[in-house]
Amino acid sequence: MTNFSRRGLMKTGAAASVLAATGMPAQSQAKKGGTLRIGLAGANTSDTWDGRTHSDSFMINMGHGCVFDCLTEVGADGALKGELAESWEATADAKTWTFNLRKGVTFHNGKDFGADDVIESLQMHTAEGAKSAAKPIVASIAEMKKMSDSQVQFTLNAGNADFPFLMSDYHLLMMPAGMIEESIAKGIGTGLYTNVSFDPGVRFVGARYADHYKGDSAGFFDGIEAIAINDASARMNALMTNQVDVVNRVDFKTEALLRANPNINIFEVTGNQHFTFAMLTNVDPYTNVHVRQALKYSIDRQEMVDKILLGHGAVGNDHPIGPANQYYAADLEQLSYDPDKAKFHLEKAGMSSLDINLSASDAAFVGAVDAAQLYQATAKAAGININVVQEPADGYWSNVWLKKPWSAVYWSGRATEDWMFSTAYESGVPWNDTQWENARFQELLLAARAELDSNKRREQYHEMQQIMSAEGGTIVPMYANYVDAHSTKLANSGTIGNLWQLDSSRISERWWFA
Amino acid sequence: MNSVLRIVLQRLGLGVVTLVVVSFVIFVAVNAMPGDFAQAILGQGYTEEAGEAIRREVGLDKPYFVRYFSWLGAALTGDFGTSFAKANFAAYAGNTAGSGLDTVAASIAPRLENTLFLAGVAAMIAVPISLVLGLLAALYRNTIFDRFTNIFTLSSISSPEFFLAYILILLLAVLNPLLPSLSNVFEGMPFSERFIKTLLPALTLTLVVTAHMMRMTRAAIINLLASPYIEMARLKGISPMRIIVVHALPNALAPIINVIALNLAYLITGVVVVEVVFVYPGIGQLFVDSVKIRDIPVVQASCLIFAAAYILLNLLADVLSILSNPRLRHPK
Repeated sequence: MTNFSRRGLMKTGAAASVLAATGMPAQSQAKKGGTLRIGLAGANTSDTWDGRTHSDSFMINMGHGCVFDCLTEVGADGALKGELAESWEATADAKTWTFNLRKGVTFHNGKDFGADDVIESLQMHTAEGAKSAAKPIVASIAEMKKMSDSQVQFTLNAGNADFPFLMSDYHLLMMPAGMIEESIAKGIGTGLYTNVSFDPGVRFVGARYADHYKGDSAGFFDGIEAIAINDASARMNALMTNQVDVVNRVDFKTEALLRANPNINIFEVTGNQHFTFAMLTNVDPYTNVHVRQALKYSIDRQEMVDKILLGHGAVGNDHPIGPANQYYAADLEQLSYDPDKAKFHLEKAGMSSLDINLSASDAAFVGAVDAAQLYQATAKAAGININVVQEPADGYWSNVWLKKPWSAVYWSGRATEDWMFSTAYESGVPWNDTQWENARFQELLLAARAELDSNKRREQYHEMQQIMSAEGGTIVPMYANYVDAHSTKLANSGTIGNLWQLDSSRISERWWFA
Repeated sequence: MNSVLRIVLQRLGLGVVTLVVVSFVIFVAVNAMPGDFAQAILGQGYTEEAGEAIRREVGLDKPYFVRYFSWLGAALTGDFGTSFAKANFAAYAGNTAGSGLDTVAASIAPRLENTLFLAGVAAMIAVPISLVLGLLAALYRNTIFDRFTNIFTLSSISSPEFFLAYILILLLAVLNPLLPSLSNVFEGMPFSERFIKTLLPALTLTLVVTAHMMRMTRAAIINLLASPYIEMARLKGISPMRIIVVHALPNALAPIINVIALNLAYLITGVVVVEVVFVYPGIGQLFVDSVKIRDIPVVQASCLIFAAAYILLNLLADVLSILSNPRLRHPK
């Protein structure tokens, strides 16, 4: 505290109190009105209102972000709150969950929302032949019981403390019972905006639903017009020429031009989206933990963030839990580039040098091949010769990933730790892309899943992140930010959700025209 | 006139054969691409089991030639089948409602309409401009005007379409906000608005096709200017403009019509890049989207439309050049 100065303190203190008195300009009162025009990448001609098929930004935004609602919602601050459910409680073993539903909610066609709708909407994910991405979530429910019109009880196969969190998944849209097909065909939900017209892969128009239960707290636009603009330059142009008010996935190549425009604001958040280099830990030489550690010390993570993401990201720490997760271990010791340590571990493994193949393709993530080449350059100093194998982009996920011993991978991350771990790191799951088997890790995973005490869970998840970081078979060089841009005509609460792009894909609900 | 009719019928027959060959080539080409519909749709979530299920549902599990000939058989009766995306959705949701997709024909129809509208607007601008420029270039040949027109049109045809598109966006949408850079036309849009939204892509296409038509007009006319009858007209004291428009042009029509027809075909088939840049919901964009997910029925139908446009407009060009030439009209 050498440069401590009372005058400085007075100044900042005074400034802070003035700000507090006047209120931050960015957090001005929400105003109603106007039509929000969104230019979105990630639209396909095969898009539908069926939540089971949603996987790309256009439908994530228009599905759970406009026309439909889920039982719960992750707020912009990351806290879980009720959406169609008002409250919920669990038994001590986290196995039985009772959800109290909001009363007086109606679907866009006038039908009342109730327990039957919840049960039928969830059941469609486990229906015969349904290939829902949310199938594992619903399959974990042993029994769904309607207690009354406004109360549902779920009995799970095994305790899961994250169950209410899982109910916020964008696939689990609430549709009217008995008319699911009609709902899928016409887009009938309980969301803030009704479906006026929808042309898959081209355009969606929505109008504010007048008597919505969220009332004045959300949904400030009179209408939404979402335009599918998959071409990056066209999307940036549309924003530059004021054809749309907001776009997702800013093109880093033209980012400087956007920044130079005084009417445009770029906003970015670091979420759970991360890129990895996954090794099959049951294949030599990756069976040896020292080889894995040597590889962990021979990558320059900061260089990756600077050169591959052009600064739009954060360094990773070789575990898949991101800053948008509740129990992210921010205080974990950061792995860094250290060729001497890498050499040390290589020697421990009984090798003087190492020749290995790294499979990469831009299908894994944009810049994956470049990232592999950077890795190749830094690893050389540690005596590790990485041979970068450029794989074809088509069929990458079916022919390379999970098959080649070491490959580049993309993960969008998951809202909860348990979900992420059990998707890709639990013993025996099909997407375990590192064939990760660790007794202590597995034990913690099962214990934390059923643990309702959040302090205990924090410790458990921290330890799991630490185990993965130290010994795991995946290199996580970086978290990639969600980078979007909007016209300065738009305003928001100042807190932007980081689960997905565009304020966790709920920009239509949360933003307004200043 | 009978000979013309015979030629038309003959050419139509050959056209059908060409289309069948084209469909086969496309089928082989699309199948030769790495990855298939199941892999494209499932992406990272691909498992053998799910992949096989999808292949079964859309019929990709059947052998190569069986698939082609059953498609061909249906296509010859006018049924272009259903898109893979829809077949997959139907298997999944238990019905086809809400897939947003209908048969291939129904999903292509509105897109084709949009593309034809764009081609129409572009042709309305490009054809008169190139004819007039060609006439003027012939009239003032070897002057500064002629050189400038040539350089301008040739450099615009030599540039890639997306480059021209971005230049036009920069000039007419960013620096001088006169026209919208986004051409997202939709059904029920008032005609005037639709026309304005279509202008930038139409102008881009105009730049691409003008050179060809303009140069042909100029060359055909200059070629005739050396003929004795033109010299006679000049000796009579007719003004150069009148010589060109009244005496030279009618005899130069055949090659000009030919090249116009070819360029009209290009306006329909060459729109792919332009539609993507301007986000114009035409058949080109549908084509790109479908190739991306390896939706073979849609790709094939789109290609057939492109091929048919070429064949029909070429036929039209030949018929018109026969009709415009008395020697061909009355063969000895």
